[in-house]
Amino acid sequence: MAKVFFDHISTTPLDPRVLSAMMPYLTEWYGNPSSHIHEQGQASLRAVDRARGEVAALIGARPQEVVFTSGATESNNLAVLGAVDGSGPAKRHVIVSEVEHFSVMNALIPLRNAGGPVTVLPVDRDGLVDPAAVRKAIRPDTALVSVMHANSEIGTIEPVEEVGKVTREHGVTFHVDATASAGHIPFDVREIPADLVTLSAHNFYGPKGVGALYIREGAKIGARTFGGFQEMGYRAGTENVPGIVGMGTAAAIASAEAGAWAGHLNRLGRMLWDGIAGIPLLHFTGHPSNRLPGHVSFWVEHAEGESLLLFLNIRGIMAASGSACSSNLRGHDEEDLVASPVLRAIGVPSDICTGSITFSLGKGNTEEEVRLAVSSLPEIVERLRAMSPTYLDYQKQTAQGG
Amino acid sequence: MAAGPYSAKVMDHFMNPRNVGEIEGADGIGEVGNPACGDMMRLYLKIEDGRVVDARFRTFGCGAAIASSSMLTEMIKGKTVEEAREITNHSVAEALDGLPAVKIHCSVMAEQAVKSALDDYGKKHPGQ
Repeated sequence: MAKVFFDHISTTPLDPRVLSAMMPYLTEWYGNPSSHIHEQGQASLRAVDRARGEVAALIGARPQEVVFTSGATESNNLAVLGAVDGSGPAKRHVIVSEVEHFSVMNALIPLRNAGGPVTVLPVDRDGLVDPAAVRKAIRPDTALVSVMHANSEIGTIEPVEEVGKVTREHGVTFHVDATASAGHIPFDVREIPADLVTLSAHNFYGPKGVGALYIREGAKIGARTFGGFQEMGYRAGTENVPGIVGMGTAAAIASAEAGAWAGHLNRLGRMLWDGIAGIPLLHFTGHPSNRLPGHVSFWVEHAEGESLLLFLNIRGIMAASGSACSSNLRGHDEEDLVASPVLRAIGVPSDICTGSITFSLGKGNTEEEVRLAVSSLPEIVERLRAMSPTYLDYQKQTAQGG
Repeated sequence: MAAGPYSAKVMDHFMNPRNVGEIEGADGIGEVGNPACGDMMRLYLKIEDGRVVDARFRTFGCGAAIASSSMLTEMIKGKTVEEAREITNHSVAEALDGLPAVKIHCSVMAEQAVKSALDDYGKKHPGQ
């Protein structure tokens, strides 16, 4: 059976070159970078420094502005809580978009509990934040604005350059979560006035368990992890040396090759989009053109998301859904079954949200795989509709000209 | 084939659902649903001499919802109205070799569909 991985937004396969670069630091070189007097520690320290340079180069930063973390969640937590902490007691107000990741949204919980004001900015039907709305929302006590670069669920690329101009004008710290986009489309801190940028290695063919936060020199950020003096004091704890080496190598590969990947993925994405556009009652989500390469997201009426995923999986196609019923399968009870906040934010009715699918392609995918998805989907949708009472009612209504 | 959180039996009923469709002139029709979670079930029963002789369903929902509906129609056929009323979500889930904790409500939907269809039958056939 075919094995088609169309879920790169959740994670990407490790590039074999990354694994090769990591191996010596899982075997031969096990030193602690803090013990840099001896040969073992020295080798690890040099490897971490090299990786810092490679990650910095990916986004046009200086090496000393890159702090390694355990991943995007930790980076987003550090950015949000650290920025509020660093801005002092007079500035507690945070502005975020409605479509931020849980690791930004839920980092606001302790701030709210402490009485900190939060403004959540709505997005339009394509999922775009309005920079003018950011301007209006900024107050004298605003500590932070956080807007993601690209949304993983609907693929939309946000106008972060324009938002950054507004925050810069007002002297407000600006955080950009670039987890879904970094290593895929250009993001350069010399052009985008972001003060904090979240990166995740496993989203661009690096290993899991390692990420980074870019902290612009001069930005005032409080630490969230307390201990030794690693990572310029922002992130205590012995470094994940093999992971960091892997992230550095993945960043270097992306710097050289992402342009070619994007060309390939834009072509495949277009093929997939055009191939399924004819399915009746299918609605694409996200911005039609300003979106991640190889990212195709949509919802279909009268077919539930988890059932779509199960049938796709039976055909060997692995995809994701914003469906309430599939996204929280490991939840504790029904209360955990909530339709995707992103889909609600762009105005998809909650009883219909359940039929949403995200196909996210990667550099290894082929035209043949896209053809398999294009030929499988209409039949799967038909099969589910054939047993849906809502579709039966819809057909009767249509037949009556209603 | 078991898949993800589902037993082989759930997947069998999901991929090859039994008794999908409608019954013309059904003696009892039950409709239950939870639009927030996006599942909805319609159950059609044909009842002769106080016994369920045919059952059909249409369901919009996840794998567990479709499998529970399918299993329910198999379980209910041949039962008397009284016996049918005793079908619980636990018996449906058990017949499917279990459901993940967050999916138990899908089998509850099946139980409620039976009650709803039998109530409808009671209204249409008073005194039976």
